[in-house]
Amino acid sequence: MSNLITLQNGIASVAQDDWALVKLPQSQVEVRKQAGKVVLFNLTGEKTVSDEQVANTVIPANGKIIVPLSVFIARHSELANRVAQGEVGIWLATHELLDDLIKNQTDINELPIIAIFVERFADGRIFSLGNLLRMRYGFKNELRAFGDVLRDQLFFLKRSGFTSFVIRADRSAADAIASLKDFSKPYQGAVDEQRPAFQRYNRGA
Amino acid sequence: MYKYDEIDQQIVDERVAQYRDQTRRFLAGELTDDEYRPLRLQNGLYIQRHAPMLRIAVPYGMLSATQLHKLADIASKYDRGYGHFSTRQNLQLNWPKLEDTPDILAELATVQMHAIQTSGNCIRNITTDQFAGVAPDEVIDPRAMAEVMRQWSTFHPEFALLPRKFKIAVSGTQQDRAIVQAHDIGMEFYTDKSGKVAIKVWVGGGLGRTPILGSVIREHLEWQHALTYCEAIIRVYNLHGRRDNAYKARIKILVKALGIDEFRKQVEAEWIHLKDSPNTITEAELARVAKHFEPMPYETLPAQDSSFDAAIASNPAFAAWVKRNVHAHKTAGYRAVTLSLKPHGKAPGDITSAQMHVVADLATQYSFGELRASHEQNLILADVKLNDLFAVWEKARANGLATPNIGLLTDIICCPGGDFCSLANAKSIPIAEAIQIQFDNLDYLHDIGDLELNISGCMNACGHHHVGHIGILGVDKDGSEWYQVTIGGKQGNDASIGTVIGPSFSAEEMPGVVQKLIEVYLKERTDEERFIDTVRRIGVAPFKANVYAKEGASA
Repeated sequence: MSNLITLQNGIASVAQDDWALVKLPQSQVEVRKQAGKVVLFNLTGEKTVSDEQVANTVIPANGKIIVPLSVFIARHSELANRVAQGEVGIWLATHELLDDLIKNQTDINELPIIAIFVERFADGRIFSLGNLLRMRYGFKNELRAFGDVLRDQLFFLKRSGFTSFVIRADRSAADAIASLKDFSKPYQGAVDEQRPAFQRYNRGA
Repeated sequence: MYKYDEIDQQIVDERVAQYRDQTRRFLAGELTDDEYRPLRLQNGLYIQRHAPMLRIAVPYGMLSATQLHKLADIASKYDRGYGHFSTRQNLQLNWPKLEDTPDILAELATVQMHAIQTSGNCIRNITTDQFAGVAPDEVIDPRAMAEVMRQWSTFHPEFALLPRKFKIAVSGTQQDRAIVQAHDIGMEFYTDKSGKVAIKVWVGGGLGRTPILGSVIREHLEWQHALTYCEAIIRVYNLHGRRDNAYKARIKILVKALGIDEFRKQVEAEWIHLKDSPNTITEAELARVAKHFEPMPYETLPAQDSSFDAAIASNPAFAAWVKRNVHAHKTAGYRAVTLSLKPHGKAPGDITSAQMHVVADLATQYSFGELRASHEQNLILADVKLNDLFAVWEKARANGLATPNIGLLTDIICCPGGDFCSLANAKSIPIAEAIQIQFDNLDYLHDIGDLELNISGCMNACGHHHVGHIGILGVDKDGSEWYQVTIGGKQGNDASIGTVIGPSFSAEEMPGVVQKLIEVYLKERTDEERFIDTVRRIGVAPFKANVYAKEGASA
């Protein structure tokens, strides 16, 4: 049974996944992914993915693939043809920088899918990343959340612009769908509905 | 005060349904402790030492009589017949059953109340001045904006899981009473040169383990942009704040790490994109909400009342209460009244169900059916006629709600501490009670005058000890409870963080330590000086010397 929920025209359903996720090889170096970007990049200059990991990443020869952002950037020439065919999406983790994506991919709508990996469900950076991709960078295609994705965060993910959700393997996607409808008339404008309640409804005076 | 329309009601009703299902799944083993924790916290439910604790939201401190009656009934039905007003103007129940919490929330929803975002790593209840709308020094009544911000922050999808809790205070007075400088975001409303409402925005203040007063990130923000500017600030924080260490996760740590100038630069760079986006507040929306906060239908009254003057002259106890617990009002012939939840020897901020019914009835009879909770943990009737004050006093006094100690040493701000809270290092309520008993002499208390004494049972600083003129912090040393003392802290426009006077004390020593601090003040003060003024003038050293003097020596 697939654990992928997709939203199409506002209708959610459990769907088959036709994308293959390309993972990075394990690294021996511990990355302080929760430490925040100030600590991660500005103060210590840590790189979160090593050159070795990028080089050793196994990219399947055929089919639709979602590759790590670091691999996408470093091995772009290898992938260029397939990108043109619409066979390549990218994924990044919540501690990675969107700037790196934007700098290296002039038209992000060339990518049929961008996926964001959330290691811990309580990591709310994923919501800002979704919002930025949609509102700032105008990404129009599938935006996917995967990793520690649980039903009680789905409503917020949807409002932040995500349109597909890979529910954590030990939980039921069919059950989780219900939570996409937790609230009917949210107050504030967000990605899915940009106007706040006071713009959408006549609330009288 | 603000009354729900169908949209507000639907959101609260849907929240009850959502939380009921989450709790059902938790009890059925479908959610782990770790998964359920942020869900219950964002509904105000803590798992405490003895029982869960439920924190009910009182948005910017405003309550109706109907709501307080309901809170009283809930405390009787689901708890032990009392509640505790917190320093975020909320009400806490100390003994509810986890299984009952969905039903409690359903009952709250019937009176337009909830527990949404009273805890957890999200935008918390927005607080303000308890005298909003009636204070003579008020420039802008901030309540309409506070309500607009409450709605905006409720289930804000981008900020549902921040690195840490996020507290916003708003204020519209000349004398700040909302401690805007001790908040993640503080908003000070004022009228600018062109006569328009503007906001001075503070960021990165906070108490807790690392007390820091906020920095001004923007001197002038047009009110329409309040929400989008907050979005820019909180987005920078959400993306860059630390999530690896709870003690370094507040926005103040990020602001400090980047420096206010760099932080401002990043916020402004975000805001360029957010400014004028759909969450920009419209004139129509502010006007719609502001209608709920229009002045009460006051009678035209003379500024003086002879029966009131006569009662003051003939009744010293009433006069003492008026001196401390009755406050000036914008409207002639009216006063605001603080009902003290600080009777000597009782847990500060606690109120029984019976007392809640009394206060609700007083509000109905004498104050247009509304009241407020203050961050000093008292209740306020904001609109009482001068010639009703005596009747209010008699009824309040008969119910233990008229201790004439507002702003005095025994009006102690105090967290629940080690008696209830599982975070606490030490008990705080027994310290407050012991100090109140030590100073249980009203003439002496009035002679000491204005003094704010704040107690926290741990460095999370729920009792605001850093900004107490005298601050007491419970600390754990090798498994036993000790108390560290600071002096010179202050809330208000000239806020400051207190200075530690030296090594900590045992619980038994604490009333004596406070006594010795007071001795120095009484000896050194000039005629006009409050305790805080004397501390600021002569410094910590003389106080320290007296407190730590060997037996036999004296000040």
